[in-house]
Amino acid sequence: MAELIDVLLFAFLLATAFYVLLSRDLLAVVMVAGIYSLLSAGMFLVMDAADVAFTEAAVGAGVSTLLLLIALTATGRWEKPAGHRVVPLLVVLATGATLVYGTLDLPPIGKPDNPPQVHVAPHYLERSGEEIGIPNVVTSVLASYRGFDTLGEVVVVFTAGLGVFLLIGGPRRRRGGEK
Amino acid sequence: MMLAAAGVAVLVAMGLAMVRAFLGPTVYDRILAVNSFGTKTVLLITLLGAMAGRADYFDLALLYALINFIATIALMRYAGSGELSREEGEDA
Repeated sequence: MAELIDVLLFAFLLATAFYVLLSRDLLAVVMVAGIYSLLSAGMFLVMDAADVAFTEAAVGAGVSTLLLLIALTATGRWEKPAGHRVVPLLVVLATGATLVYGTLDLPPIGKPDNPPQVHVAPHYLERSGEEIGIPNVVTSVLASYRGFDTLGEVVVVFTAGLGVFLLIGGPRRRRGGEK
Repeated sequence: MMLAAAGVAVLVAMGLAMVRAFLGPTVYDRILAVNSFGTKTVLLITLLGAMAGRADYFDLALLYALINFIATIALMRYAGSGELSREEGEDA
């Protein structure tokens, strides 16, 4: 049953990703990207990372939809057909091939003596309940053990939003002045 | 078993909403599809919580329902006027 839910969510994720890639209607792309974000939030929830899922839903489906819509008001709804796409495709393929080549040196997924499984994870799994007092291990890692890391992420997101508003805010003010 | 059947039904409904979001001839079809997809995500979370016997999933479902409307309102504003915040800025 759980496997069926996983498979269906992954299939939906793939379908939305391909739609975002292929569609030229950018407004539809913004909406489907919101669906993509809700789906990946569902995936995170199935993997028992409840607060990661909630962050994904709030940022992905809420805030980034707003930011993309603000960008659309400044640009336009339809993507212009691009001419030559061979060089970008080659660059992307080369980068992807390099990354896949890099993964060959990584330890195999799920092996019990992998570095991530033997470093601090056992400590978190065994002791986080009594040390932090939060029943969910993922939450206690994010909110307490890596609290400064999360604070840094908040600063990054805030700076990104501020940058977008400063960039998009300019032409809007000018249009107001023309009236 | 009942819950599992309900979960599959909700997933099928999610798939149908996605089809409408992909094909939707007008903007409003897509807005409705995205909004109902968010509602179905809330339902799916509630069902997952009931299947796993975890009450904290219900709080999450409530939070999802609370943030679900933001994108819809923004999309409606954009579809209606092509702008997002002109009127509010002029009133202030």
